[in-house]
Amino acid sequence: MAKQSSFGNMLIVLTVITVLVGALLGYVYGITAEPIAQAKKLKQENAVKDVTPAFDNSPIDEQYTVTVNGMELKVFPATKEGEKVGAAVESKTKNGFGGEVIIMVGFEADGTIRNYRVLSHAETPGLGSKMEEWFRTERGSQSVLGKHPAKDNLTVKKDGGSVDAITAATISSRAFLDVIANAYTAYTNNNCDGATGATQQEKEADYE
Amino acid sequence: MSQNFIVSPSPHVHSGNSVSKCMYGVLIALIPAFLVSLYCFGIGALVVTLTSVLACVLFEYLIQKYLLKVKPSICDGSAILTGVLLAFNVPSNLPIWIIIIGALVAIGIGKMTFGGLGNNIFNPALVGRVFLLISFPVQMTTWPVPDPLSMNYLDAETAATPLGLMKQGLPVNAMTTDMLLGNIGGSLGEISAIALLIGFAYMLIRRIITWHIPVSILVTAFVFSFLVNGFDAEGALQQLLLGGMMLGAIFMATDYVTSPMTPRGMIIYGIGIGLLTIIIRRYGAYPEGMSFAILIMNAVTPLINKYVKPKRFGEVKK
Amino acid sequence: MNKLKIILNGIITENPTFVLLLGMCPTLGTTSSAINGLGMGLATMFVLICSNAVIALIKNLIPDKVRIPSFIVVIAAFVTILQMCMEAYVPALYESLGLFIPLIVVNCIVLGRAESFAAKHNAFDSMLDGVGCGLGFTIALTLLGSVRELLGTGKIFNTAIFPEHFGALVFVLAPGAFIALGYLIVIVNKLKTK
Repeated sequence: MAKQSSFGNMLIVLTVITVLVGALLGYVYGITAEPIAQAKKLKQENAVKDVTPAFDNSPIDEQYTVTVNGMELKVFPATKEGEKVGAAVESKTKNGFGGEVIIMVGFEADGTIRNYRVLSHAETPGLGSKMEEWFRTERGSQSVLGKHPAKDNLTVKKDGGSVDAITAATISSRAFLDVIANAYTAYTNNNCDGATGATQQEKEADYE
Repeated sequence: MSQNFIVSPSPHVHSGNSVSKCMYGVLIALIPAFLVSLYCFGIGALVVTLTSVLACVLFEYLIQKYLLKVKPSICDGSAILTGVLLAFNVPSNLPIWIIIIGALVAIGIGKMTFGGLGNNIFNPALVGRVFLLISFPVQMTTWPVPDPLSMNYLDAETAATPLGLMKQGLPVNAMTTDMLLGNIGGSLGEISAIALLIGFAYMLIRRIITWHIPVSILVTAFVFSFLVNGFDAEGALQQLLLGGMMLGAIFMATDYVTSPMTPRGMIIYGIGIGLLTIIIRRYGAYPEGMSFAILIMNAVTPLINKYVKPKRFGEVKK
Repeated sequence: MNKLKIILNGIITENPTFVLLLGMCPTLGTTSSAINGLGMGLATMFVLICSNAVIALIKNLIPDKVRIPSFIVVIAAFVTILQMCMEAYVPALYESLGLFIPLIVVNCIVLGRAESFAAKHNAFDSMLDGVGCGLGFTIALTLLGSVRELLGTGKIFNTAIFPEHFGALVFVLAPGAFIALGYLIVIVNKLKTK
C-alpha cells in the first residue's frame, strides 16, 4: 500500500510526476503542432475555395484586414494568372439572435455574391440555424447567390427589401444580411483604396 | 392571515365538492373563450381542440391501464381539461400529428411520470406546450390571422402576433379594443380578454378558484411593465391583454395541484409569475414568457408552501 | 478475480451512466448525435485505460497525502495528449466535441475508477477495468446520442430513418438530453429487474 507521507517524499514525487508529464506533453506538442496548424489552414483554405471563383494564388498568404463598423474583417483576395477574379471575406456581425455570426462570403470580381459558408453562429437550432441552407435555396426570393449588394436591395422584405426572411427567424435573417453588407464594404474598400494594387478594370466594375 | 376560517367540531356537512366537479366547472368557464376562437378561427379551432382532448384522454387511459396498471380515472375531467388548455395554447392551424405529440408529452411526461393527478409538479398542459414550442418552433409561431367562421384549417393566412411585432420593435396596428374582443392573431384560446374574464367571474362566483393568483399576476405585470416601459399606461394595459397573459393568469396558474395552498403563498406565486413574464417578454429571446414564467413558479411552489405554512394550533412561535 | 467479470462489471453492474450516474456533464452535453456520443465515449475510454494503467503502476510510489493531485496530473496529461492528437488528426470530431475534451479531466468516472479500482489492483486488471467502464460509458453515450438524434432529426449516424421535418428539436437541445436520459434510465432499470 501507499507510503507514509512526509514533506520530503511528497515534494519529490510531485516534482518528478510534473516534470515527467511536462516533458511528455512537450514532446507530443512538438509532434502535433505542425498537423494542427495545417488542419487549421486547410479548413480556412477549403472555406475560401468553396466560395470564390477558381484561383491559382494563395489567398491565405495574401490576406489582409479591413476595419468595418469597428470589426476587423479578413479579406482573402483570389487571383488567376495575375488577374483578380474575386475574393472571400470572413465577415461577421454582433446582431445575431444568439450573438456573433461569422460567415465566409465569396464575391466575383464585380462584387456579385458567388457563395457563402457559415463558419460559426449561435442562432436557435431549427430557426436561425437554417441560414446555411436558406439563403442559397432557389425558392421565392430566398437566395442571395448571384445578387449584387449594391444593385439589389438585400434586406428582408419586412424592412422593405427583396429577400425572403427565414420563417419565424427575422432577426437571424437580418443578421445574415448584415454580415453580407459588411463583407461587401470590406471587399469594395480594398478596391477603392487599391491597397493591393487592384486593377483599373475592377474599379470600373465597382462603380457601375 | 386575513381570512377567518370558521372551525367547528364535527359532524361536518360535505359540500359536495369533488375533483370532477371542479374540473367541469373550469371547463364551463372556458366556454366563452372557446366560442370566440370558433368564431375567429373557424374550423381550425374545432379540429385542434377535439384532437387535443381526444388524444389526452386516450393517452391517460392507455398509460393508466397498461403502464401503471391502475384503474383509469379519465372520468374526473382532468385529462379533458389538460386537452382543452393545451389546445388553447397552440395556433389553430397546427397539424394534427404535432397536437398528438403535445398531448403525449403533456399527459405522459407532464403528469403520469410524476404519478398522475395530484403528484405532478408542473402544469401538464404547459409542459406539452413548451415542449412543442421548443421542438417545432416554426409551426408553433406562425399564427393564423382571425378570419371569421373560416373553413380553412392548415392553409389559413398567417401573420406575426402583436407581441411578436413588439419584440422586433415594429409598430402594432391592433387597437386596444381589438385585444379586448379577440380580433388579433394568436393562440386559440388567448385572443379575447373579455371572454376569459367572463370565465374568471364564473369561477369566482362558483368558488372554484379564489382571486389571489390571477389578480396578483395581473397587478404585478401591469405595475412592472408600467415602470420599465417608461410610464406608458396604455402600453402596460396592452401587455395584460396580449399573448397568454389572461389565459395563463386565470386558467393555467390557478391549477390546484401546481400552485401554493395558502392565500399568502398564492400572492407570492402570482407576483413571481407577473415579474418573470414581463422580464422574459422584454429581455428574453421569446416574445411571450407566460408559459415559462408559470412553469418556473410551479417549480418554486413546494418551497413557497414550506415557508408560508400556517402556524399549527398550539405551536409556539420561534 | 475473474477477468471477464471485471469488464462486465463496468458495462452492466456499475455502468457509469445508467447506474452510478457519474460524468453527467459530457453525457448531457455531447450526445446531440450518435457519432458525438460515440466519439466522446471512446475518448473517455482511452483516458480511462491509460490513466488506470499508469496509476496502478505508480500507486506504490505515491505518498498517501498527495495521491489525488498526482492522479489528476496523470489524467490531465492523457487528456491533453488526446486533445492535441484529435485536433491534429481528426479536426472534424475535435470541432464538435471541442469544449468537452478538456472536461474529461474532471469527469468523475476517471478519478473515481482511479481511486476505487486502480489504486487497489494491478496494472493489467486496472486496464481491464478501464476497458469495461469505458465501454459502458461509450455504449450509454452512443445509445443516448442515437435516441436524441433519432427523435430530434429523424436520423441515426446521419442515416435518415424518417423525414427531418417530423423531428422534435427539443431532443437536440439541452432539455431533451435530460428527458431522454431520464426515460432511458427507467427502461434500463425495468429491464434489469426482470
